[in-house]
Amino acid sequence: MTTAPDNVASSLRREFPPGASEPPPALTLAGMLAAFRSTGPDTAPAWLKARRQAALASAVELGFPTAKDEEWRFTPIAPLLELPLHPAQLSARRLTTGEIAPFTFGLESCRLVFVDGYFCAELSSLPAPGGGLQVVSLRAALAGNAPELEQHLTRVAGDDALVFTALNTAFFRDGALVCAAPGKAIAQPVHLLFIATAGVAGAAAHVRNLIVAGARSEMKILETYVSLSGAPHVTNTVTELVLGADSRVDHCKIQEENLRAIHIADAQARQDRGSHWASHSISTGAQLARHQIQTVFNGENGLCLLNGLYLIGSGQLADYHTVVDHARPRCESHEFYHGILSGNARGVFNGKIFVRQDAQKTNAKQTNRNLLLSDDAVVDTKPQLEIFADDVKCTHGATVGQMDEEALFYLRSRGIGLEHARRMMIRAFASDVVDRIPLEPVRARLNVMLTERFKDNA
Amino acid sequence: MELLDIRNLSAGVEGRPILKNLSLSLNPGEVHAIMGPNGSGKSTLAAVLAGRPEYEVTSGSVLFQGADLLAMKPEDRARAGVFLAFQYPVEIPGVNSTYFLRAALNECRKSRGEPELAPVEFLKLVKQKSKILQLDPALLNRPVNEGFSGGEKKRNEIFQMAVLEPRLAILDETDSGLDIDALKAVAAGVNKLRRPDNATLVITHYQRLLNYIVPDFVHVLVDGQIVRSGGKELALTLEARGYDWLSEPTAAPAGAAS
Repeated sequence: MTTAPDNVASSLRREFPPGASEPPPALTLAGMLAAFRSTGPDTAPAWLKARRQAALASAVELGFPTAKDEEWRFTPIAPLLELPLHPAQLSARRLTTGEIAPFTFGLESCRLVFVDGYFCAELSSLPAPGGGLQVVSLRAALAGNAPELEQHLTRVAGDDALVFTALNTAFFRDGALVCAAPGKAIAQPVHLLFIATAGVAGAAAHVRNLIVAGARSEMKILETYVSLSGAPHVTNTVTELVLGADSRVDHCKIQEENLRAIHIADAQARQDRGSHWASHSISTGAQLARHQIQTVFNGENGLCLLNGLYLIGSGQLADYHTVVDHARPRCESHEFYHGILSGNARGVFNGKIFVRQDAQKTNAKQTNRNLLLSDDAVVDTKPQLEIFADDVKCTHGATVGQMDEEALFYLRSRGIGLEHARRMMIRAFASDVVDRIPLEPVRARLNVMLTERFKDNA
Repeated sequence: MELLDIRNLSAGVEGRPILKNLSLSLNPGEVHAIMGPNGSGKSTLAAVLAGRPEYEVTSGSVLFQGADLLAMKPEDRARAGVFLAFQYPVEIPGVNSTYFLRAALNECRKSRGEPELAPVEFLKLVKQKSKILQLDPALLNRPVNEGFSGGEKKRNEIFQMAVLEPRLAILDETDSGLDIDALKAVAAGVNKLRRPDNATLVITHYQRLLNYIVPDFVHVLVDGQIVRSGGKELALTLEARGYDWLSEPTAAPAGAAS
């Protein structure tokens, strides 16, 4: 929810020349612990405490990324470092169901609601037991030391070289655990709703989700992030997905935080043979949104669809970094990322595809298309293919362009006004991505967002 | 009053003059043909009348039903009843044909003070009009012109015209790229849409189309000027003799139809 009024957004316009930002303050252990110590007592089991220590040590050693860091070259994190970082506090005021109604998509689904990173049982609705679907807060699951946890949690996204993921590992206290039992097809989507209400700058929530799809199971996850305040809060979220053999997970994430927020996200999947992961990621909010999306094929015949759309305007930067690791033969990956940028928005896309030596018959396709609605919008896009097998099909393509004037004139020549014609073209540009999303209420909401978002600056 | 009154129109693109002091008027119920060699300015005339932004009018005036057409935005010209059938209809991926056409029709209706058509009524209208053009209705579930054959694109232009019912239709090289069957279908569609209160401006390089859409007047455009006007037999003369004899100094002075 973009609650900040436009004048606030425009007063936040920043110049983002790579390398021009101040050198970031050193990430010291003392500083980090000072910033996040009061996250509450850590009731984690011993194995997790050990992981946390290792992750924190790694984060402290790495420090915050700078413009010299290849993975962050076009994404300065100065806006984050300027904030007085501290753990988001549990709000004394309880939200009502009426207040969250605008964010539920009218779905009668099973829903976990988190407010400033804290699980809110009153607003959540858990599935009835016995249906093969387990949905619980991670804190509760950790207290019970659920068996899935030690095996997968902090292991799928286990690379502590990703500094924000490592910080998340060190500091997360809650999130969602969603498990589908083997062979179960769960029809209803599971909605994970993260609401930021913090009214002070720099409140940071580190949330962690673990999605485990048993062999041959099917489920749909809707993961959404919104703000009810206009303050520059920080979300650092990691979602780990484990796809058992022949399972299917549709994972739809929508980030609509306020235009001053900082959103850093990492979604990493591990796919067994024959599994199918569809990741749909929409990013419209936050002044700085970084999305790391990764999958590794650990078995043959896996399929992944990475589908994304960023809609951003002045003062906003959206960054998608994807990694598809074709570690095994005969897997397919299809990546489609579309960006629509207005004002002085900045978009960053970096798509890595690894095809390992024995990953023969790989089929990998990647496209990144960008529509610039102003002369000041900038996109940096980079495909990165590393192919070590010889019998593979890999394609990539990136385009950055402005609206098709011929098409605009054609629409106008039939009586459609200029603004309406522009909106039609914007929707058309986004429609490939939107139409792939398997949840109708989400598509409908996105079509409204597309209309609203560019009403004034189309 | 004339439906369209072009007076001493000069226009060009990127500083290059193309139309030079061109005058032409059309009355309701008339079909006029503009013929001429490549590069004579035929398509520029169509573009200027439809309001294509990159064309610049340097002098002259165009009145449409008494109103200053050149002062109007392209969408307002369409709403007032000007329709251009494109020489190269544009493919617009992601914009559904039916949605687009209904939006267009409702904009035109709104500007005439008529109520918008509900989807059901609109579909009825579409069914009826697509029959006139023998257009496969399945095409209308696709994005605008996307994956249409050349003939389908041209038929679709005339189909849109049938739905929007303009007062002035400008057909820009509608015959180019059409085989004889498609040409007949398109021409039959245009003829069925003729009414005493509308007019058609047919722009073509070849006489062939005029066998099927019979004009009341034929004008020959050479180097941005109308160098000769006459009845439908002029088209046959052009077919036999070509255009060169008209630009020779002995040719009769230019004259516009009245």
